Order: sequence, then C-alpha cells, then structure tokens
Amino acid sequence: MADFEIRDLRASVEGKEILKGVTLAINKGEVHAVMGPNGSGKSTLSHTLMGHPGYTVDGGSVIFKGQNVLALQPDERARLGMFLAFQYPVVVPGISMTNFLRTALNAKRGYDGKDKSKQVTPKEFRSLLKGELEVLHMDDSFLPRYINDGFSGGEKKRAEILQMAILKPEIAILDETDSGLDIDSIKFVAEAVNRMRGPELGVLIITHYTRILEFIKPDYVHVLVDGKFVLSGGPEVAERLEKTGYSEWGHAEELKPEEVA
Amino acid sequence: MATVPKVDVGTDYKEKYGFFVPEEYVFKAKRGLNPDIVKEISWMKQEPEWMTKFRLRSLEIFRKKPMPNWGADLSVIDFENIFYYLKASDKQSKSWEDLPPDIKATYDRLGVPEAERKFLAGVSAQYESEVVYHSLQEELTKKGVIFTDTDSALRDHPELFKEYFGTVIPPADNKFSALNSAVWSGGSFIYVPKGVRVDIPLQAYFRINAENMGQFERTLIICDEGSFVHYIEGCTAPIYTTDSLHSAVVEIIVKKGARCRYTTIQNWSTNVFNLVTKRAMAYADATMEWVDGNLGSQITMKYPSVYLMEPGAKGDVLSVAFAGKGQHQDAGGKMIHVAPNTTSTITSKSISKAGGRTSYRGHIKIYPDAKNSKSFVKCDALLLDDESRSDTYPYNDVDAENVTLGHEATVSKVSDEQLFYLMSRGITRNEAETMIVNGFIEPFTKELPLEYAVELNRLIQLEMEGSVG
Repeated sequence: MADFEIRDLRASVEGKEILKGVTLAINKGEVHAVMGPNGSGKSTLSHTLMGHPGYTVDGGSVIFKGQNVLALQPDERARLGMFLAFQYPVVVPGISMTNFLRTALNAKRGYDGKDKSKQVTPKEFRSLLKGELEVLHMDDSFLPRYINDGFSGGEKKRAEILQMAILKPEIAILDETDSGLDIDSIKFVAEAVNRMRGPELGVLIITHYTRILEFIKPDYVHVLVDGKFVLSGGPEVAERLEKTGYSEWGHAEELKPEEVA
Repeated sequence: MATVPKVDVGTDYKEKYGFFVPEEYVFKAKRGLNPDIVKEISWMKQEPEWMTKFRLRSLEIFRKKPMPNWGADLSVIDFENIFYYLKASDKQSKSWEDLPPDIKATYDRLGVPEAERKFLAGVSAQYESEVVYHSLQEELTKKGVIFTDTDSALRDHPELFKEYFGTVIPPADNKFSALNSAVWSGGSFIYVPKGVRVDIPLQAYFRINAENMGQFERTLIICDEGSFVHYIEGCTAPIYTTDSLHSAVVEIIVKKGARCRYTTIQNWSTNVFNLVTKRAMAYADATMEWVDGNLGSQITMKYPSVYLMEPGAKGDVLSVAFAGKGQHQDAGGKMIHVAPNTTSTITSKSISKAGGRTSYRGHIKIYPDAKNSKSFVKCDALLLDDESRSDTYPYNDVDAENVTLGHEATVSKVSDEQLFYLMSRGITRNEAETMIVNGFIEPFTKELPLEYAVELNRLIQLEMEGSVG
C-alpha cells in the first residue's frame, strides 16, 4: 500500500456534494499534480485533506501512517506530517512570522512546554531560517512582520513554502501555489520545492494551470472534473491539457494564466 | 512582540496567585462602616485632625450619594459585611527578611523581590490595608525623589501632601471616591522633582489576603516640571466564595513639560469588586499615559481620565480588558480638553470569553476654549464565543471649534479561517486561540516593559486554558 492513500473520498460544502469519490495513492518521493477547471472540487480536496471545519466528509478514508486522518484535527494531521500551502494565506495580526514559525516548529516536534529537549534552540532556529530564506530570495525584514499582514501575493506564497521548508512535512499539498505569482516568484518557489523533493517527501500540486508544472515536473497528473478524476497518467497528460484545455470535458477555459505584472 | 513562554498547564490562578495564608493580624477593625470605624482608622494612624475630619465628611458624602446605576450591577455589594481596615504587621520594613514569614512567603511566591532585584528602581508592597515593605534606590533619594506609602507621606511631608491631596479627585466626585476618602489606607506617594527622570520603573504590588476584605489604597503622584516617572502596579487576591472590595483613588499631577506613565496589570481573583477612580491633571506640554490592563475581578469599573489643563497637554489611555465566565469588565477612559492645542487618544481592546462581558465606556469633553484640540478613540472587541458580550458606550461633548474628533469601533470573532491556518501548522486549538488573542492585544503588550509583556501573555494563556476562577 502507498504511503498516503485517498480512498473514495466524498465531501460536501453546505449540503452540496462536491467530491464524488476521489481515489489517489501517493508515495513519498513522488510528485502528483491534480488539475481541473474552476468548480471541479480542487480546493475542496485540499481543504478536506487538511480538515477545514467548513467541509463535510460524506464518505471514504485517507490513510497515512496507518491512521484515517479524516478523524483527526488539523493540528494532529500536521504533526503527523501533512502540510497544506494555502491558496489564500490568512492574516493574523499581532503575531510575528518568527514567533509563528518557532511555535509551529516546536509543535511539530511535540514540545508541549515541559520537555525542553524537544524545544528548538535559538541558534538552531536561526541557522535553519537563514538557509531557507536565501533559497526563497527573502530577507530578514520579513520575519518581524505579522503573519501575512500586508504581504504581496508573491511574499505570501513564498512564506508558505518557507513554512513547508521549516516544518519538513512528508506529504505536502500545494494549493494553487502559482496563482497570483509573477514569473520570478514562481521560479523561486519551484526551486525551493525542487530542493525539498526526495525520498522523504510526497507532493500533491493542485493547479488550474500547467505553468507551475514547467518548473516542478510532476511524476503523475490527474484531471479532476465535477468531483471525480476523469484522466490519470504521466506528465504527458499535462502536455495534452496544454493543447486542448478542459474542452473535452465540456469546460472551455483557458489554460494559460493572465500574466501577472 | 515578546515570545510567549510556555507555562506548565498544571499551574493556574489558584496555585500561582489564589493561595492565602492564615490570618494573623495586629489589628482588625470590626465588620461594617460607621463613624466610629472611620475614627478608629484615623486614630490608629495617629493622623492630624484635618484628616480625621476629612474622612468623616467623606463618609457623610458616601452615605448620601446613590449607587451609580449606569454601569455594572453593584447591588450585590454588602457594605456592612466588609472589613474596612486590617493591619497585618506592626511595622514597615526596608528588607524582605524583616517581614513576618507568612507575608514574605506571599511576596516571594508572587515573585516581587525577584522583580525588584532585576528591573525595578523602587518597590512598595501593600498587604491588606498597610504598606509592609518599601524601597527606593539610594541614587533617586539623593536626587530628591520621594517614593513612599501615602500614610508616611502625610506624616513626613505634610505640606506637599496637603497641597495636592484630594485636589484632583475630591471626595464628592463619586460614591466610591467618597468611600475611599473615608477609609483610605496605604497606597503610593511619589514626588519627582523638577527635571529629574526616573528611568527605571517604580512598582507597587497590592495584595488582599483576608476574606471580605476592603482595600482602599490612595495614590498621589506629583511630577514636577520636566520630570519623568513610570509607575507600575500589580494586584492579586486569593479565591474566596464571598466577595472582597477594592476601591482605590489615584490622583496624578503632571506639571509643565513632564511625563508620567502609569501601568496597571490588574489580576484580582474573580470574587473581587474593583471600583477605582483614576485621574490626572496635565499642564502645559505635559504628557499623561495610562496603560491599563484588566484581567481579573468579578466586576471592574474603571475609566482613567486626563484633564488637559494647559496648551500642548497630551493624554493617552491604552487599555485591555479580558472578561471570562461571570466577569464584567466595564472600562474605558475620559479625556477632558480644557485648553487649546491639546491632544488625546484612547485605545481600548477587549476580549470576552465563556459568557464574560466587556464594556467600553468613554467620555470626550472639549470645552469652548480648547480650540485646535484633537482626540481619537479606537475600541476593538474580540468575542471568543457566542455566549460572550461586548458593548460600547462612547460619549462626546464638543463645545469648541476647529477640533478633530475621531472614533472607530470594531467587534470581531476569532475566525475559523485564522484557527484553521494556525492549526494546519501543528499548533493546537487552544494555543492557536491564545496566539490570536495575544496578537489582538499586541498594541498594548508592546508598550509594557518586556518582563510585564511576558507576564501578561502568560496570564492570557492561563485565562485561555480556562483554569482561572
């Protein structure tokens, strides 16, 4: 069995059925892309996997490390090794990015205020941050700022990937990470993700457009339409979508994003 | 902001602040309030006759004044069931070692001597009705700074005392200022001479230990021209099933070009009624800053105010209130613009949880002469659940021209999106909520000395764990 298995996942939002049986097996070391037109259920998939309270699971299971994570709270899923890079990162005023990153890292390591040996040391934390900031072409000035407060689109997405780099998940879901990004930011983000690729990380990229897949090459591509996978295959699926879009499933949407200034 | 240190979740208010020691008192007045009790207090303190008369007159005023009916419900206070004067030690010490062991142990446990060693220029510790410990750095004494308890000030600095006492808040100001004027005991007296800057904070720590106790400290601060002082007060009490009353009067005079900052971290147990009158007079180009944090108590009614008496005077109130189960924090501020070119700001942050209630109550008065004055009020309320409540009662009277008056108010809830975001990073729900609350009050916390910011974040964490009260 695979490291991370989504089995016949069905979910709804406010009583409306969105995911109608999604099955997907991800192994560490693999990069999967889920592509789909607007309204196909992409964000429902990412939110349901991470446990957003606004999404109702109607059936199926998600097995990771022998547990059905659908029964776990979002923080438990994260501590188990899951990560979601948000499409729209949330602003939390009054809390610095440094404080947030340190608190998250301590939580990940199981530090509950008692066992100091689990707590990240200031020195370790600094050197960890320094390396990752360089890869993402970010400078220190971003650390004392409040969580996502006043960040540009590019800064927000880079900050998401920075969190991923610090927390070192085993399964990372990147939800529309390329939306709203200029080409340089996409390159920096892709470079950082590519550096993390390896036998310890499975990645699920959720995207409308093929653009990010030029920089982060997927091993598998799945097409989600109306809450179900309609096509799965290798990178060639993305190439096919590049040419024909989602028209063969009745969606005449552009597959090229508008250029971001 | 300061890093939030992790606390042992087993520690709660009861252990850290809510303990009590057996009562061993040198003198304990009978329960209840009458002229004989008032005379007895004055006699115990060997006060001059004018003070005895002042007290008796104030008692009359207290009796005549009706209970305020516009704020929190105070009808449950039984004035006849309270001990108005309790003396726990027959002398005041300059050394913690000389204190009765129980009292010393209390302050040790509260961390006051440690704080003094680390970051304070002077400390006053009031236990029940009297100040039991007092210290001031010698260097400040040499510069002419006076920091003593108010009873000693009446004895040792009678002229200075009489010149200012009761001039900012007369007994007839309100029912509780009258009560305090009748039975006041303890409190801090500070005089900072012209041009002297006290760069390290002075702190007073107020502790109630006995049940049904009434604590009525009286604080008087005089900042002479061009001087500066930062005074900090902290307060805690044990958890009893019956009520105690804390009703202080704080009078401050900030003369030309001087600046005074008064920081409070009120953390009374939830059986204490906290009804305090705080007012400052700010003269030409003087600055008065109230930094007022209210976490504990059953009911707090407190509206620090600044009278902006001369041109260029500036007043700030920055307040935070946290109301948990069964608590009502009715807090705010008042700015009275008397002279032209005066400015004021009130920033109020309130948090309500588990059915707690917070109210912002504020008054901006701009007199006809106060041309070109500016005032800005901002109140933000954060509700942690559907049972909790927050209200805003702003009163503005503007009688001058060319003034700028701004008011902003927001009420928000801890959003599911913020919680989900933080939790998706492995942070527990409780810790995520605590972070959001600490982030919300960060504009307040960042004004505190680091040690107090850390302490406040820790107190918020305790409140959020629901282990308080």
